[in-house]
Amino acid sequence: MHQTSGTMHIQFLWWDGCPSHPEAWQRLQDVLAELQAEALVERIQVTTDEDAEKYGFPGSPTILVDGEDIDPAASRMPSRLTCRLYYQENGRPSPLPSREMIRRAIRSAQRR
Amino acid sequence: MLDVGQKGPDFSLPGVDGNTVSLTDLLKDHRAVAVMFSCNHCPYVRAWEDRMVAIQRDYASQSVTLVAINPNDTARYPDDDMEHMKARAAEKGFNFPYLRDDSQDVARAYGGTHTPHVFLLDSGGVLRYRGAIDDNYENPDAVRHTYLRDALDAVLAGRDPAPATTPAVGCTIKWK
Repeated sequence: MHQTSGTMHIQFLWWDGCPSHPEAWQRLQDVLAELQAEALVERIQVTTDEDAEKYGFPGSPTILVDGEDIDPAASRMPSRLTCRLYYQENGRPSPLPSREMIRRAIRSAQRR
Repeated sequence: MLDVGQKGPDFSLPGVDGNTVSLTDLLKDHRAVAVMFSCNHCPYVRAWEDRMVAIQRDYASQSVTLVAINPNDTARYPDDDMEHMKARAAEKGFNFPYLRDDSQDVARAYGGTHTPHVFLLDSGGVLRYRGAIDDNYENPDAVRHTYLRDALDAVLAGRDPAPATTPAVGCTIKWK
């Protein structure tokens, strides 16, 4: 876990059965640096169906900012060990959240 | 895992159109058959689906067919069952057979590991290329290497694809 003195709490949940988490982690780091956001960032590896249920994990990767998923569509997804489906701003499906999606969530948390 | 130069194991599987499709029959009518382990739920597959349809459209006149095979465990991933497959094929306008490998025997016989995972066979059923469709799942406009198209061009021209293998990129096959 990487910890700073900021109040924003980010949880990065990932499953090693899906190869998208390193790139998603890099995008999160890039956006945090770009926005100079201070945050406590917690990496959580999800390894079992029970873990997925416990965390309400709709797939890898999942990023929560102050407890809120960066993608509002998450509330409609079941909890399970899988690769997560995101949609880019242009409507294309992707296994990765876009930088813009991450950016919006961090900015929203900064304003609170 | 099936190696380049080896013959692809035959299969006979039910498809979303209600017909049973066998490799033997496909090879009778085609100069190349791209066996592709695929599924409904995987975001990597979703990202590549339009390109699968485009490849089939572009190569159909050269007697090439893709065939997608979904081997995922439907107990844990119910959106990969036949009913959902039918809906997905209709929604995306699949122009190639989409088959269900309930026993997972075909996936095991080929050594499929991911969805999508391509095994390109020539007219003799011999594996000529194995791996990914191209090198950029996220952005079709940023693709630099069109692996499957390049391999198809090579096979149709009587050349060896280069590369003959690339790493499969996608979701792991969901074994029972």
